[in-house]
Amino acid sequence: MTERVRVTGPDRRSRPLARTHDIDEETSLGSVYVRSLMRAQLSLALGVVAVLAVTIGALPLLFHLVPEVGNAQVAGLPIAWLVLGVLVYPWLLLLGWAYVQRAERNEQHFTELLGPHESRPETAGPAGPAGPAGPTGSTGPTGP
Amino acid sequence: MSDLTALPGLIAVILVSLLTLLVGTWGMRVSRTTSDFLVASRTVRPTLNAFAVSGEYLSAASFLGIAGLLLAYGADMLWYPVGWTAGYLLLLVLVAAPLRRSGAYTLPDFAEARLESRTVRSICSVFVVAIGWLYLLPQFEGAGFTLATALGAPRWVGPVAVGLVVLIGVGGGGMRSITLVQAFQYWLKLTALLVPAAVLLVVWTRDETAGSLGAGDPSWSMPLVGSGGAGLYTTYSLILATFLGTMGLPHVVVRFYTNPDGGAARRTTLTVLALVGGFYLIPPVYAALGHAYGVGSGDSSTLMLDLPRLALDGLGGELLTGLITAGAFAAFLSTSSGLVIAVAGVLSQDVTSRRLPEIASFRVAAAIAVLIPMGASLALPNFGVAQSVGLAFAVAASTFCPLLLLGIWWRGLTPTGAIAGMLTGGAGSVVAVGWTLSHGALDGVTDGWADVLLGQPAAWSVPLAFATMILVSRATASSTPRHANRFLARLHAPESLDLERSGER
Repeated sequence: MTERVRVTGPDRRSRPLARTHDIDEETSLGSVYVRSLMRAQLSLALGVVAVLAVTIGALPLLFHLVPEVGNAQVAGLPIAWLVLGVLVYPWLLLLGWAYVQRAERNEQHFTELLGPHESRPETAGPAGPAGPAGPTGSTGPTGP
Repeated sequence: MSDLTALPGLIAVILVSLLTLLVGTWGMRVSRTTSDFLVASRTVRPTLNAFAVSGEYLSAASFLGIAGLLLAYGADMLWYPVGWTAGYLLLLVLVAAPLRRSGAYTLPDFAEARLESRTVRSICSVFVVAIGWLYLLPQFEGAGFTLATALGAPRWVGPVAVGLVVLIGVGGGGMRSITLVQAFQYWLKLTALLVPAAVLLVVWTRDETAGSLGAGDPSWSMPLVGSGGAGLYTTYSLILATFLGTMGLPHVVVRFYTNPDGGAARRTTLTVLALVGGFYLIPPVYAALGHAYGVGSGDSSTLMLDLPRLALDGLGGELLTGLITAGAFAAFLSTSSGLVIAVAGVLSQDVTSRRLPEIASFRVAAAIAVLIPMGASLALPNFGVAQSVGLAFAVAASTFCPLLLLGIWWRGLTPTGAIAGMLTGGAGSVVAVGWTLSHGALDGVTDGWADVLLGQPAAWSVPLAFATMILVSRATASSTPRHANRFLARLHAPESLDLERSGER
């Protein structure tokens, strides 16, 4: 029995490689892509750092300038102990969780941009196979 | 102290040591390559890896030191655990995934791959060893006073016991066996902290003779009371050192290379954030109980070991002290193991591998990594565990933090710039550390601004290192590494893109 070959359109396997090739070979197109990813990730990271600085970083100054705040009691505990001993930790975890969500989304956009759908590079839409290739022809973002 | 009362503690220490050694011996059978030894062949799942990172990270300073500091100096000291946790957030957002994707084993590997310079590599190696030893020293010191307090043993027993167990465990199995041991040690430490705290709280509520938990005592419970501008400077400097120093600690960084990919490195860090943060909720309870039972600030370093005996007579108190001793000993072992692996990894790659075969060179390097700080801890007078760990953070923040941040996010970093920045920041913080250690200013007694600035150098040494690195790189812009763009693309592009990843194994 001969092997069944499904013909779905032009061979796409060489083209997806071409896009990552842009990055491997540092073409101007490739470096534009990488720069945009780095800029997105860096501004995200600096955003988290800024939130951290404004919330937790401002506390010593606050306690220094307005000592009454630190010593005010909530449920029998001074606010300073409550904030620094307890509330800080879920807040850090929340910031970290939000960061991971957004960082992975940035990477996903980037992967889609360079992935096998090069006929429509502007579609930075939902994940998974899109466009005419459908479920049959696409090699998926992981490549061959 | 009679032998009988120390029995639970002694049994606990022996059990923890035996268990560590058993898993280490088992690991010896599966560890065959350098990759096994250094990064467990990059096969550690995020959850297990997060347990291991947390188990390794929560050192004697966290386990015993924080409660004592809180008791002695009040709420200001809460910034230590906050900084040690927030450091992981900064590691997560700025470093975690790119560092893993760099495909390097150690910090010097990263520096060499990024900057294509052997000189940068050598300087990084020196700082890895320096920070590692600065961090190992208090672990050995802590082991000495813990076994002295809990078991009545002479001071040299602790350092020697920890040194031997670490040496056998690390030399035997390397990173692969240590991963499991450290994951187990996280849970042991959490249990050893949580159970006695819960029991002692119940005991305290039924004990009419005990005092209040200290909430109404403003001089103790208030942050920054009466310490003025110097106190504010010290707090911000501490924040800078701990927030930025975590990413530069060699034993933390080496664990990131054991993740399978960049996404896993992020998930590991997020889990670590939860595990470490959860752990730090407990030490303030011990500080408050210590306040209630009237433990003086002079005894604060052994607060956690003394507290059960103060609150409970007889076997109950001894059992709880035994459990806390087990947790503390696990802390010494896990942190020391991680540090020894990091230091030995660098030593074996750069020094001993030139003369010896692979695994033999790692074992010789591990012996050097253990014996020197162990000898130093026996020779040097005692100093505060948590504060000297804090100084190790300051050195890491002044050297590796600028190297990592600029190396990962800025194309313009040059080898000359990196060297100048690390040497400036390193010299500044090391001189400050040396001056502080030799003047014994760690007890918090400071004379003037010079003491304050040198006692907590990060607030000036970190910006100085960054500024030097950037300015010198700009001045030597012609020597920007040829493959900087390509390397940065590897660091930031997700693994799902099938890029050529040279250096991957």
